[in-house]
Amino acid sequence: MEIIQIVGLGLVAAALVLVLREQKPMFAFLLAAFTGLFIFLYVVGKIDAVLNVLEQLADRSGIPSIYLKTILKIIGIAYIAEFGSQIVRDAGQESIASKIEFAGKILILVLAVPIISVIVETVLGLLPVGS
Amino acid sequence: MNFDVLAIFQIAGIGFIAAMIHTLLKQSGKEEYAHWATLVGFIIVLFMILRLLGDLFQEIKTTFLFQ
Repeated sequence: MEIIQIVGLGLVAAALVLVLREQKPMFAFLLAAFTGLFIFLYVVGKIDAVLNVLEQLADRSGIPSIYLKTILKIIGIAYIAEFGSQIVRDAGQESIASKIEFAGKILILVLAVPIISVIVETVLGLLPVGS
Repeated sequence: MNFDVLAIFQIAGIGFIAAMIHTLLKQSGKEEYAHWATLVGFIIVLFMILRLLGDLFQEIKTTFLFQ
């Protein structure tokens, strides 16, 4: 029943943030960031098992491991960018948050370029040559 | 998990104490000391968060095969 622990933690932290915001908004922001970090860190450890299963499946079906690695990297970038932008948005800096999301999108695009080129080459190979 | 939950209360406590010290110093007419005290508290909490952030990034790197 870890979800109960996490929900309780979130509720307590939210109450503390509400009280603390009256006195010192800086500390309220840091407390919210810390709580988010803590929950994230707690959950990231659990993903490991799922990823192992995915890796085994990919091995068994003969998919080149570079594709799986790219996809996992993309997922990691998406998580980190989302997390960072939400914390910055909590601090009230909407423009910086949207730039972080933008950077995440660009980096994901860069990582996806090899896969896209493979797809294009496959499609070109399917087309009848010379017609 | 237990130690880090305590850290949340630590941060909240540091915030309250900093607010209290700020008020006390301000009422006794030492405005600049009050701001320094708040800044020191902020930096202490910032270091706590940075350590956790480093842990998180390390974990994500090892989980999502970034090496």
